[in-house]
Amino acid sequence: MELYQLTAHRLHAMLVKKEVSAAEITKAVFQRIDQVEDKVKSYITLTREQAETQAAEVDKKLAAGEAIGPLEGIPLALKDNLCTEGILTTCASKMLENFVPPYTATAVQKLYDANLVLVGKTNMDEFAMGSSTETSNFHLTHNPWDIERVPGGSSGGSASAVAAGQAIVSLGTDTGGSIRQPAAYCGVVGMKPTYGAVSRYGAVPFASSLDQIGPITKDVTDMAYMLNAICGHDPLDSTSANLQHPDFTKYLVNDIKGLKIGVPKEYLAEGIDAQVKNCIKEAITKLTELGAHVEETSLPHTDYAMPTYYLLATAEASSNLARYDGVSYGFRAADAEDVVDMFKRSRSQGFGDEVKLRIMLGTYSLSAGYYDAYYLKALKVRTLIKQDFDQALEKFDLLLGPTSPSTAFKIGELIHDPIQMYLQDICTIPVNLAGLPAISLPCGLVNNLPVGLQLIGKAFDEGTLLRVAYTFEQNTEYHRLRPEL
Amino acid sequence: MISKQDVDHVALLARLELTEEEKELYTQHLNKILNAAKALQELDTTNIPPTSHVLPIQNVFREDRVGESIDPEKVLAIAPEREESFFKVPKIV
Repeated sequence: MELYQLTAHRLHAMLVKKEVSAAEITKAVFQRIDQVEDKVKSYITLTREQAETQAAEVDKKLAAGEAIGPLEGIPLALKDNLCTEGILTTCASKMLENFVPPYTATAVQKLYDANLVLVGKTNMDEFAMGSSTETSNFHLTHNPWDIERVPGGSSGGSASAVAAGQAIVSLGTDTGGSIRQPAAYCGVVGMKPTYGAVSRYGAVPFASSLDQIGPITKDVTDMAYMLNAICGHDPLDSTSANLQHPDFTKYLVNDIKGLKIGVPKEYLAEGIDAQVKNCIKEAITKLTELGAHVEETSLPHTDYAMPTYYLLATAEASSNLARYDGVSYGFRAADAEDVVDMFKRSRSQGFGDEVKLRIMLGTYSLSAGYYDAYYLKALKVRTLIKQDFDQALEKFDLLLGPTSPSTAFKIGELIHDPIQMYLQDICTIPVNLAGLPAISLPCGLVNNLPVGLQLIGKAFDEGTLLRVAYTFEQNTEYHRLRPEL
Repeated sequence: MISKQDVDHVALLARLELTEEEKELYTQHLNKILNAAKALQELDTTNIPPTSHVLPIQNVFREDRVGESIDPEKVLAIAPEREESFFKVPKIV
């Protein structure tokens, strides 16, 4: 295998044994980018010079005989809604096309501190609003498994970059499935940690009560190392949980005997592709063979999750996006007559269609006369959805289902039908509403397109998810599959 | 049903200026989405408390001490238009 196809933990072992240098790894990844970026288009910005400098620092440490941490010298891609001081952060929007933040997101700073090597900022749906990376203001991203298809979204660039070998690990954000769904479509591992486990300071907000930063990696071991690096309390984020997190690598054990896994029947109901269902059933058989007790359960309010999510997420978005007024940063329209005219023109010219649609929906559901019927009602239904999970997770250690109802769809196939597009996130959205952790990992191929297996855990119990995912991975070969490009 | 007039009103509240084409499209799309949201009315939520946050969040207080903050020069450097240490905007009054 080429260097760019390897995992972070494998590359770390090679670095320590001096079989390879950080500079060589970085070079291999940039050569790969040169080779495939025209086809895949994972990136908005590349940071070649910074990467070379960072890699050289790691090599200096190695040459001096110093010990290095598990992620030092590992090439990293960041979704372009994570603020990076001095580096363009666009959110794939015209609104921020020239925005160079004056500060760095906490999760990113932690990865800088762990000496990862920044390769670049990845493409995404504008302001993370989308399920296909088709709403980016800059360009489309293509699925490395089939370039006629979408990589998923909104962290489509981060998932495709890891799958195509254009980075070894990456960060995305997940508001309704935006890490897990693209990870599933691109055949890599993606995790949304528990709400509050990773600081959101410096992540451009979309829907603050749902957004969470998380890693995308090639396997579960890399996921554990990335979680170790980014989790933890941050006084700069008032919603960050003040808890000690465990060493996640302790959960990388090949043993799930006696664990109780629930399969919500709603996650294998009508609307889920039959071949996707088969892959999930095979995964269930495998986990049963390995000693888990798997049983059917129910999350009766699942059908209400999609409308609940869209009312709440857009309400929060309309409020969060009120900051884009053209005054202190971002796009400002020319020739405004007065200040209100400047707000209107800047917002109308700076935001794309999907973003404007969501602002409109959010503003509507929060407006006088509709607040009780839409917004407040959705908050109450959110309670019912959360109670479903609480009850199921009292009985089971974790829940299992598909990550997405289908494999990656064709570019352009759903873009004109918002409801069909929103349904792509039907298996992931309920998890965000309940704030729980969930991981997606590859569990098969349908017509040479990856299928994602989703594991959902109790709040702050990422460890159990890693344990089950690791055991599944050690006893199957799906994580070794790479797309041909 | 949401009408084109409703869309006009919401656009005003959201400080968006929409073209006729956008108004048509958004009226259609908003109706589709709000129609899907009607399903929520089937549920009786009389005694159900709302969940706006999944964590038991409380106000976060800290000592009122002078600390470091972002250099104002760095912030003003990314402003669309500035004058000395101010953000410059079109005339308000």
